[in-house]
Amino acid sequence: MSDPLKVPYREREASISLEAMDGESPIAGVELEPESEMLTINLGPHHPATHGVLRLLCTLEGETVRSVEPIIGYVHTGIEKSCEDQEYWKAITFVERMDYLAYYFNAYAYCSAVETLLEEEVPARAQYLRVIHMELNRIASHLFWLGTGALDIGAITMLWWALRERDEVLDLFEMSSGQRLHTRYFQVGGVFEDIPPGWETKVRAFLAEMPSRIDQYEALLDENEIWLRRTKNTGIVPVDQLIGLGVTGPLLRAAGKPWDLRKAMPYCGYEHFDFKIPVGTVGDNYDRYRVRMAEMRESVKIVEQALDGLPEGPYITPNRKVALPPRHELATSMEALIHHFKLVTEGFRVPPGETYVAVESPRGELGCFVVADGSAKPVRVHMRDPSFVNLQALRHMGEGSVIADFIACLAMLDPILGGIDR
Amino acid sequence: MEVTRTKVPGSKEEFRAKQLSAQQMLRGDLDGQDLDEYVEKRLLLSKLNEAQSWARKNAIWPLGFGLACCAIEMITVIGSPRNDLSRFGAEVIRFSPRQADLLILSGRVSIKMAPIIRRIYDQMLEPKWVISMGACASSAGMFNNYALVAGADKFLPVDVYVPGCPPRPEALMYGILKLQDKITKDPELGWRERYHAGGTEEFGGSEPEREDHARQDAESPSQDAGPDAPRR
Amino acid sequence: MPDATGLELLAQRVREAVADDAIVGTRFEHGHATLDVHPPRVHAVLSYLRDSDDEPYGFLASLHGCDYLPAEPRLGIHYQLLSMERRDRLGVRARVTVEEPQLPTVTDIFPTADFQEREVYDFFGVIFDGHPDLRRLFMPEDYVGHPQRRDFPMGGEPVLFTFNEHKLPRWYE
Repeated sequence: MSDPLKVPYREREASISLEAMDGESPIAGVELEPESEMLTINLGPHHPATHGVLRLLCTLEGETVRSVEPIIGYVHTGIEKSCEDQEYWKAITFVERMDYLAYYFNAYAYCSAVETLLEEEVPARAQYLRVIHMELNRIASHLFWLGTGALDIGAITMLWWALRERDEVLDLFEMSSGQRLHTRYFQVGGVFEDIPPGWETKVRAFLAEMPSRIDQYEALLDENEIWLRRTKNTGIVPVDQLIGLGVTGPLLRAAGKPWDLRKAMPYCGYEHFDFKIPVGTVGDNYDRYRVRMAEMRESVKIVEQALDGLPEGPYITPNRKVALPPRHELATSMEALIHHFKLVTEGFRVPPGETYVAVESPRGELGCFVVADGSAKPVRVHMRDPSFVNLQALRHMGEGSVIADFIACLAMLDPILGGIDR
Repeated sequence: MEVTRTKVPGSKEEFRAKQLSAQQMLRGDLDGQDLDEYVEKRLLLSKLNEAQSWARKNAIWPLGFGLACCAIEMITVIGSPRNDLSRFGAEVIRFSPRQADLLILSGRVSIKMAPIIRRIYDQMLEPKWVISMGACASSAGMFNNYALVAGADKFLPVDVYVPGCPPRPEALMYGILKLQDKITKDPELGWRERYHAGGTEEFGGSEPEREDHARQDAESPSQDAGPDAPRR
Repeated sequence: MPDATGLELLAQRVREAVADDAIVGTRFEHGHATLDVHPPRVHAVLSYLRDSDDEPYGFLASLHGCDYLPAEPRLGIHYQLLSMERRDRLGVRARVTVEEPQLPTVTDIFPTADFQEREVYDFFGVIFDGHPDLRRLFMPEDYVGHPQRRDFPMGGEPVLFTFNEHKLPRWYE
């Protein structure tokens, strides 16, 4: 048998130096005895605290994490390859399932890329409806993060509370599109159909009670001693290192850099709304938590403004070569019937070109790269997923901290394995 | 050809009982004393089985296992105040497969994850059930490509399939209720024979032994089953 | 985005700073600017764009690949650069062939390229010289083939028709 000491993890352990960590020991006030043996364990892929099937190969010295290697690919679905086989409008359903908590953002990035290639104008009403749904999705995604993140750190009550609110948001989605998740509501050129009567009232009712609910969450966690001790001053990564690592989203904003694509490079009518971007100071886990809570409040404001200013008009582009004609026209107009037939069987053709469009998803910059070659199917669809790039920061956040803080870092990183693995 | 119809004497229940006992008698060469003992034991065991399966169905412990988007709906079923699984008894979510009963495969099964799921399934103790939740776990869903195993039933015996993409929480609860029905009405869980799914090799035994389990039960009803005997 | 003239000026500056053969071409479409770069010069060009140019781009937003079959050279590696100060995006593209899929790594200038280059290696087979740990990321370690190439069959194994089933082993045998 081969020498057991030559097994790769032993080599990795041997390569990690046991020098005293610069700075203080991770547990304040405790003198760390240097351990002479390191333990390599496998965190995942089936583990209560990893958000999905993430496998982390941790090398521990006592309770301190010395090295972390994420191994991914356990839910790799080949979505990008599958999209090459589908027409453009069919690929929307595939692309939605990548980052499965922020499905509207995936769909929007892809639709926007295809609209850029088609040079298609989206009507104003569709833009506002898209913004409303995206911001409601941001609230739902942050609620789920809050529930599961707090669950990881130990505040189990948050799970029930956050899911209660999230159910209400999903009810709104179900009312507007028929599905709770993965709604296929965004189409190339606009949205699938107009919102039903009574939807606006329900959204306003939800928005009226949401700020008080966020107050309740904050009252539970913000000044909780255990929460503060777990999240303050843990997982700090300096800003330039984050930028080098390509991290965007609440993690970058918590570290102090006010970069938000909705404000910096506005898209889809965001320039019409008045909202703030929460920015942290230190960049520890507590800042990340506060940034996301404040983002929920800002999203509520955006949805209110969008509802107040919702313009009348078509909800999808009137270009029949791209968007399906309304059903009532099929009975009277021959051209509508032909367009419907061609769109459903073959799909619309996109002239050759390639483009990259980025949006601000709840986790960071979500980019979509589409290459078209003139046929009805895309040549390449690639999503630059924020969780995938943010995962590289986990190593820097976690190394040198104890396991408990490392789990808190993982919770505050908010990885979504569907987006990471695609 | 002349066909005459006559009514079989006796009620429907009597006829059914006679049919069942005939089937059981044909199962082995039991007669006389052995047969009486066998029938008595079956009656007793069947009542005990019923009570046992009633207890089992009302206290299912799901394994906390989520793969992809269906896991979000599964967490909603388990955790949301509106759709709450604990009212059906499945409140305790255990993350260790050694302590869990029910594996809810929620999400797409990729080729990298499949052996791991099989290992987790093998680590679960009998009796265990599997619900394949969602379209991706039942078939490949809409992803017919290189990266997925087309359905978990390619390497796991599945009890209940819940369709949907993702299925609504109510749909998943309906699936769990159907599983509860399955546990009570079918204590033998005959699918195991159909799928040759006796469990891990060291405890499952091979097929000829299983067909003889009636004889083994009759011969040694009170001995503890050794590691080679099938568990039921 | 730099507009079309800005793109040409940028290409000129890069040629002067790095090498004459560094820029193979420029494209400007749908308001999106792309520089086509000669593959061995990628590292030098990106490092110039990050540090020394008058209009630097300090953030690598995305590194991804695309298979341009049947156009040769087949594999295109895209670098999406972003300047946060000037709110500007620039695309850089390098095309390599399947026979010689080598590119220098940019992990030393942009650490974010670590996982993303591994992904491009996994899916397209492009080898990044100097990458600290180039192994498969998504597919299992012993997987054979590079799935996102256009000639890789969608299901992982070729579909059997009557004209090719004699060449390929039947699965039921």
